[in-house]
Amino acid sequence: MSESRLYQIGTFGVGNRLLTPEDQTVQAGSDRPRSITRGHRACRGCGEALGARFVLDSAVRAAGRDLVTVNATGCLEVFSSPYPESAWQVPWLHSLFGNAPAVASGMAAGLKALGRETRVVGQAGDGGTVDIGFACLSGMFERDDDVLFVCYDNQGYMNTGVQRSGATPPAARTATTSELGDPPGARFGQGKFVPLIAMAHDIPYVATASVADLHDLERKVGRAMQLHGARYLHVLVPCPLGWAADSADTVRLARLATESGMFPLFEAERGEITAVTPIRRQVPVDDYLRLQGRYAHLFGEHPRPDLVRRIQAAADRNITRFGLRGAAS
Amino acid sequence: MNHPFAITLDVGTSRANHTGAWRTERPVYVSLRPPCAEGCPAGEDVREWLRDAEDGETGYERAWRRIMETNPFPAVMGRICYHPCESACNRGSLDEAVGINAVERFLGDEALRHRWSVTAVRPPSGRRALVVGAGPAGLSAAYHLARLGHDVTVADAAPEPGGMMRYGIPAYRLPRDVLDAEIERIVGLGVTLRLDSPVADLEAELHDGRFDAAFLAVGAQLGRRTYLPAGSAARVLDAVELLHDVSEGDRPLLGRRVAVYGGGNTAMDAARTVRRLGAEDAVVVYRRTRDRMPAHPSEVAEAEAEGVRFTWLSTVTDVDDDGLTIERMELDENGFPQPTGTFEHLAADSLVLALGQDTDLRFLDGMAGLESVDGVLSVDDTLMTGRPGLFAGGDMVPDVRSATYAVGHGRRAAASIDTWLRGELPGSDSPGEPATYDRLHTWYYTDAPRSHRPVLEAARRASTFDEVVRGLDAETALDEARRCLSCGTCFACDNCFGMCPDDAVIKTDDPAAPYVIDLDYCKGCGICAAECPAGAITMVREED
Ligand SMILES: Cc1cc2nc3c(=O)[nH]c(=O)nc-3n(C[C@H](O)[C@H](O)[C@H](O)COP(=O)(O)OP(=O)(O)OC[C@H]3O[C@@H](n4cnc5c(N)ncnc54)[C@H](O)[C@@H]3O)c2cc1C
Ligand SMILES: Cc1ncc(C[n+]2csc(CCOP(=O)(O)OP(=O)(O)O)c2C)c(N)n1
Ligand code: SF4
Ligand code: SF4
Ligand SMILES: [Mg+2]
Repeated sequence: MSESRLYQIGTFGVGNRLLTPEDQTVQAGSDRPRSITRGHRACRGCGEALGARFVLDSAVRAAGRDLVTVNATGCLEVFSSPYPESAWQVPWLHSLFGNAPAVASGMAAGLKALGRETRVVGQAGDGGTVDIGFACLSGMFERDDDVLFVCYDNQGYMNTGVQRSGATPPAARTATTSELGDPPGARFGQGKFVPLIAMAHDIPYVATASVADLHDLERKVGRAMQLHGARYLHVLVPCPLGWAADSADTVRLARLATESGMFPLFEAERGEITAVTPIRRQVPVDDYLRLQGRYAHLFGEHPRPDLVRRIQAAADRNITRFGLRGAAS
Repeated sequence: MNHPFAITLDVGTSRANHTGAWRTERPVYVSLRPPCAEGCPAGEDVREWLRDAEDGETGYERAWRRIMETNPFPAVMGRICYHPCESACNRGSLDEAVGINAVERFLGDEALRHRWSVTAVRPPSGRRALVVGAGPAGLSAAYHLARLGHDVTVADAAPEPGGMMRYGIPAYRLPRDVLDAEIERIVGLGVTLRLDSPVADLEAELHDGRFDAAFLAVGAQLGRRTYLPAGSAARVLDAVELLHDVSEGDRPLLGRRVAVYGGGNTAMDAARTVRRLGAEDAVVVYRRTRDRMPAHPSEVAEAEAEGVRFTWLSTVTDVDDDGLTIERMELDENGFPQPTGTFEHLAADSLVLALGQDTDLRFLDGMAGLESVDGVLSVDDTLMTGRPGLFAGGDMVPDVRSATYAVGHGRRAAASIDTWLRGELPGSDSPGEPATYDRLHTWYYTDAPRSHRPVLEAARRASTFDEVVRGLDAETALDEARRCLSCGTCFACDNCFGMCPDDAVIKTDDPAAPYVIDLDYCKGCGICAAECPAGAITMVREED
């Protein structure tokens, strides 16, 4: 995208009247599918509502509208479908908390048996993906079922009151990892990073994305939709409620997570990393942590610089491990 | 209605649920005043014309016309303006200021190339206005008055119009064909130009010509002298006269070694001109230090590149057959130069005085109600003098002396005269809230280093009056325009539209207001305001 170098905000924002139509995002168009329409009951500033519209809209566009989706229990499901209203403008099925990948596999198999080309997208929160739904997900991967499975990672069980999940980061306060513990918040040395586990299945496509880089996210959905078989997209979606952050900071937090190295953006095909999104303006993890009440105990009256340093070390490790410092892309 | 088992309600859309009721704050689109426009003495709406220019080929004419709303001299300004807009530009805090002046020149030159012209915006009013002085102030006033439908006569003492733009600023900075073309366009609006016509008795002039109002812009034509002991044998001449003569094609005999006394822009122009006239040594004598020189740094640098030498902290105390005596100075704690009692001799064949200019106000003698302080004429906020219907601007009123300020005065005076002629009292407009750097979300802007204008190589500069600074080519001019951050106003980047989790931003077809907030659904999260690159959205508390 070198010729857009001087186009004011280039491709860093949602749109840009100076870009060619091919370089515009789906979200920039008034005719975007609005897979989740207005009136849904997500909290003010919910990153999951935003991320789900971003992902589904591009998937719907890529599939020529011929797409169905299945959704595990969790905020996304609850806020979009309080009986008898629905915010969904795509065929949408609610399964259970733990079986969305399996239901998606079944749908894909059924549609195939019917000779239909309809694409299938499975969706779940991090709890539904990395914890309770994980056996079904691994099975879906291992069988290479023709499903794009999307995890909206807000790093906790938000819908039931912010409990810790396998994706909750160390030191974060949740309802089950108190800031009064020692060490405070979620334990270091626990948890898992499912994108790497997905890669270990050698499936056609695995990628991470965030709501702060729309062009990157849409390109990844587009790539995933070009492929068939098991594909996995893991999207970081800040949660103002669970992270105790300002509702206006949702996109900012997603950006700081990637710019600090806390959340690496990359893509992999058949188990090999094929691209990383380099950090543009690196920031210390401090900038990211301080905006969130779930880390307040690291900075308050009894600050824990030692823990901040451990978090910084983890971010630095990501930067080296994934080559986020630019050249590696 | 027949429902399946255990179902009692029809399915419906979430749109029935008006989440706007949750809101405690609402986003409001604003348009703040950008520093560039704030900084432009001619009152140009810089951000807006840059935005037009950003469209490239299809936008250049629109951009030029927008400049012409305020300033009839884009090609001239794009060459000689000291561009305070760029000093104020927010992009300067990010990397380097937008090259506003270079883009303006590009647009001005495009207009000349395509012969774009302007027409009056109002039908003839039947009212008559006199403008005294055809410098930038007078010509700007004449241009705006003519566009507003008034019958304008400009009287000037000189044989050609332009004032200091023609008789002061050297051709290597402002080629005369460019100046001529932009003046011609003004005259083309039906302005009557009376050249070789010094106004000696304004009262009589106003009466005989049955003028309803007048704008005075006679500039400051008198070179300031300094006391030098009698018997000075070496040639002593005045910078304004020297530049005037050169602009008329004369090549005064100055000798090999020429000293220029003064530290302003006129001194730089004089020294650079002297070099071009063949002097081997041109040395500027200035009583303070380089950083305290009033001359624009770029002019000092250009003079240096052409071989002009500088003698700082020095005053001329005596002139004799083969040069000058200078006294060394030192700066006191307030930065004022104080004599040290140490003297030196500086060999020179002639001395050019560039010590500033004064205004000749004698043609106003006997007019009641006028007041002058420190040799310049007093005016109010609307540029009206103490006499109703008589306005003044440019170098003859107390303000910064530059062509750009003069153009701005001309425009403001024209507006005041227009309201006055319509029997209204002129008022001044109030500026909006400023678009400060901290309102911008600079992460979004691409890295885009500034492009610089090419310059003529120094060897050719020292001998010819060819234009030194060249224009940007079309591609670079476009890139430069697109470096603008659009401070404080929406530039339709779609961030608010795309990043609303509630799909509560609606795109419109109105370029003046590309988006509206759907308050039925907006929960007031503030993401749109936080992610707007330009700071064009403000969150406002809802009334309880
Ligand atoms: C050497 C030099 C270089 C400069 N360089 C720059 C520059 O690079 N950029 C910049 O912005 N500014 C520059 N300036 C300043 C700028 O030229 C002046 O501030 C500007 O021209 C003032 O405009 P004005 O219309 O008030 O007066 P002027 O330009 O001086 O015009 C006044 C006109 O009034 C006429 N006149 C005077 N008395 C009478 C009378 N009684 N009757 C009829 N007509 C009369 C004169 O003939 C003249 O044409 C420079 C000035 C000098 C001297
Ligand atoms: C088997 C089962 N256990 C527990 C629950 C209660 N429950 C509903 S949603 C949820 C947490 C969802 O967390 P996550 O998947 O991360 O989604 P989020 O709400 O954070 O988006 C839980 C525990 C359930 N619905 N089913
Ligand atoms: S709790 Fe978090 S994820 Fe759930 S709706 Fe609120 S902001 Fe969104
Ligand atoms: S970036 Fe553009 S709008 Fe902002 S001050 Fe500079 S020229 Fe003006
Ligand atoms: Mg979750």
